[in-house]
Amino acid sequence: MSERRAITLSINGKDHTVTVEPRRTLVDVIRDDCGQTGTHIGCEHGVCGACTILIDGEPVRSCLMFAVQAEGHSIRTVEGLQQGERLHPMQEAFMRHHALQCGFCTPGFLMLAVGVLEKRPDLDGQELVDIISSNLCRCTGYENIIKAVRAAAADMKARA
Amino acid sequence: MTLEPAVWIGASVERLEDLPLLTGHGRFAGDLSFPHQLHMRVVRSAYAHGRLRDINVAAARALPGVIAVWTAIEVADLPPIDFREGPNAKLEPFRQPVLAKDHVRYVGEPVAAVFADDAYIAEDAAELVTVDVDELEPIIDASRPPGEFAPGLCTEPTVCRQGYGDIASAFKDAATIVELDLAVGRHSGVPLETRGAIGRYDAARDVLELHGAAKVPHRNRELLANMLGRSTAGIHLYEGHVGGGFGIRGEIYPEDILVLVATMRFGRPVKWLEDRREHMIAANHSRQQRHLVRAAVDAQGRLLGIDDEFFHDQGAYIRTHGTRVADMSCGILPGPYRLPHFRVHGHFRLTNKTPAATYRSPGRYETNFVRERLMDAIARKLGLSRIEVRRRNLISPDEMPYQRPLVALGDDVVFDSGDYEGLLAKALARCRWDQLEHDVQQRRSAGEYIGLGLAMYVEKSGLGPVDGTRVHVHTSGEVEVITGGASVGQGFETVIAQVCAETLGIHYRRVRVVHGRTDRIEYGIGAHAARATVMTANATAIAAHKVRAKALDMAAQLLQVDAARLIIVKGSVVRTDGARASISLGDLAHHLRPGSSTRGNRDPGLAADGWFTTAHMTYPYGVQIAVVTIDPGTGAVHIEKMLIAFDIGRAINPMLVRGQLVGGYAQGLGGALFEEFQYDDRGQPLSVTLADYLIPSAHDVPEIDVLLTEDAPSTCNPLGIKGGGEGGVAGVGAVIASAIDDALGGTGEITRIPIKPQILKAIIDGRRN
Repeated sequence: MSERRAITLSINGKDHTVTVEPRRTLVDVIRDDCGQTGTHIGCEHGVCGACTILIDGEPVRSCLMFAVQAEGHSIRTVEGLQQGERLHPMQEAFMRHHALQCGFCTPGFLMLAVGVLEKRPDLDGQELVDIISSNLCRCTGYENIIKAVRAAAADMKARA
Repeated sequence: MTLEPAVWIGASVERLEDLPLLTGHGRFAGDLSFPHQLHMRVVRSAYAHGRLRDINVAAARALPGVIAVWTAIEVADLPPIDFREGPNAKLEPFRQPVLAKDHVRYVGEPVAAVFADDAYIAEDAAELVTVDVDELEPIIDASRPPGEFAPGLCTEPTVCRQGYGDIASAFKDAATIVELDLAVGRHSGVPLETRGAIGRYDAARDVLELHGAAKVPHRNRELLANMLGRSTAGIHLYEGHVGGGFGIRGEIYPEDILVLVATMRFGRPVKWLEDRREHMIAANHSRQQRHLVRAAVDAQGRLLGIDDEFFHDQGAYIRTHGTRVADMSCGILPGPYRLPHFRVHGHFRLTNKTPAATYRSPGRYETNFVRERLMDAIARKLGLSRIEVRRRNLISPDEMPYQRPLVALGDDVVFDSGDYEGLLAKALARCRWDQLEHDVQQRRSAGEYIGLGLAMYVEKSGLGPVDGTRVHVHTSGEVEVITGGASVGQGFETVIAQVCAETLGIHYRRVRVVHGRTDRIEYGIGAHAARATVMTANATAIAAHKVRAKALDMAAQLLQVDAARLIIVKGSVVRTDGARASISLGDLAHHLRPGSSTRGNRDPGLAADGWFTTAHMTYPYGVQIAVVTIDPGTGAVHIEKMLIAFDIGRAINPMLVRGQLVGGYAQGLGGALFEEFQYDDRGQPLSVTLADYLIPSAHDVPEIDVLLTEDAPSTCNPLGIKGGGEGGVAGVGAVIASAIDDALGGTGEITRIPIKPQILKAIIDGRRN
């Protein structure tokens, strides 16, 4: 097997130094080596989006990257959304609008929506549905996810 | 201060489950790890059918980090995977072995298992295992003549037969006969979380643990104890978060057995996580049936009889459910209509595909499609409207309870309550059917491919026979409800907390609901068949009533007042006359401790068990209406309008019921338009990724108007509730087929789901040329 390498990943502002094989995917290292299991693995081929995280603010499928590629970049995961006791507006909106059932796809949707709305706070309409359609949910039928993301967009602007 | 108790039943409160799931603190199977654990990887057959000649594991075993590689020899002492409903001698020879012995029967069948220190190494090693197979001809089509499963054993293990009346006379007396050849594709639940299982043997306690359990942990404990030759006292199942159930999660599969046996033999925890490709070829498939159905009808369009012969594609083995899906298809097919004579033969056949079992609304999604296609065809043949032909056949409210001499899930079919015509009228009014029909016709005559569809159905829910809970008030005032129920993400904790809160007079957030743990309660039947809310909520209400009575009795002594003049408000017992004295439930629990001097002769603990037993299932019902357009250039279907009208009897949390209906609808839509496990003629699966097996995205699911009614409370349980878990999905294949057929001019050409764009484009192109 290939040589292990020591790398430092910055996850939610905290450095994690781990020794990993270069072939290990980013999501595996975040979950198994750094212990942050909030990011989920749904397909390992970049279709479902359950593993979506933010890298330097961009939504990324963490199953399609190697951990060694993420060194030196700022990683944000679902564990970093809450500020102290205060939930992120996106988390609050998902709760209020019943936008999750089993909750497995939820971290991916939260990170996708937060990442996109931080850059484009006014995003709405069909374009917003286009963005949401890049992740898969098997429980909700999406209606409440769309409602929650719309509501959170307004709340994020109000809090900004 | 109000003396009214809080009303929690019927309130759309936020879920108790949400906080950990939103903050990354969920505990799904993959999130769980134990020190020194091993990782298992399964080597699977690449052939659909063949004789197993040799498995070479030497290279895999030599890889550093690999502990062991097992083939059938290492698990020769294990029986095949059993049926949960008990022994069945006729079906036994068709059970799946834990690892393939002499034959492989589907692509994806486990043939070897690798155990290693690291999941990546286990996967490397699995790729070094070579499997030598003499390929045999696969059986791909269950409606072709059956073949040989093994010497002397046919690939048709049984024919499921039900019926009543005199079908021959029905057809002799018929004014009209309608005959259809209909097919439902191979779909499955495809939860976003793949399966996972962690076996852990705790030698200190001599307890074998299975983590990653779901759906029916208690029943699975019994099955596993029998298979492994252990006492149920020495095996426990633990359900964490479950990333979607839909029928297929929580069954006992080969991998569950392997991790348990391996942890016993190696003395280390063993973790197995399925990857997506494995999931698509190894976890239960469902749905696939072909029906040759005939209806005998009188001159007014009234059904005289239905004669159905169907072919159920079970795949390679008979799994834990036995023949239940085919049996249920027989028992539930007639739906909401009066049917004097009925005969159904279900050919239960094995093929060389992934084995099949239940998927949300099993047997109903399929037969609702079949029966409603038949009703549309009858309307067309007699020149009646689709509404009118249904109205003439609907069972009326004064015929309730309505018994049919049929059986579903081992239960006599007795519709407990329902006003089918009433719900139809409400649904038609809600969507302004007449206007809609007029608009659709106008647009169609202007050249658009637009259609209006309708489907009616009776769902079943609340499968018994019994469930129990224990309600326990802690001295903090917090209440635990310990149940044998299970959570598959549907909001089980919230609704059970609401029922407990309402009965006890506390806030629902003061209730913790324990589920899916065999070490906390002895019995349970879990979450399936839309039963969890119906059964567990009623048991919870019974237990909470007992706790309430005990609390009032204790408080009566302490407050020196008759218990009849006490009530519980916001977690405290207060006097109904408004006098100030009060005592909290937590304090009462303190007075009821075993060593308490004030307890008197009462049993220790502010706690009680409640059991709810039911004689029959309870039957909610629905109407679905859709408007669709077809793009003639691409064959793509767009859903312009969608209504789900559903009578739930009584909703504990309407927001969650709506969530179930809409989410179920999306799954049903996948089956109606996109989803299908396809195979080539060698039995190679062609739908092994989420890019081949297309589940609906946010683009595909329309806004849905949900009309939730409570007109027909269940007469089977004190709370009057019926199940909502499967009502959204049940009618979707039927309604979408009806609407698309209408868009094509109501010619009856839609006889198969999923209705893929290429099928529609071919029909439309064919007409143009």
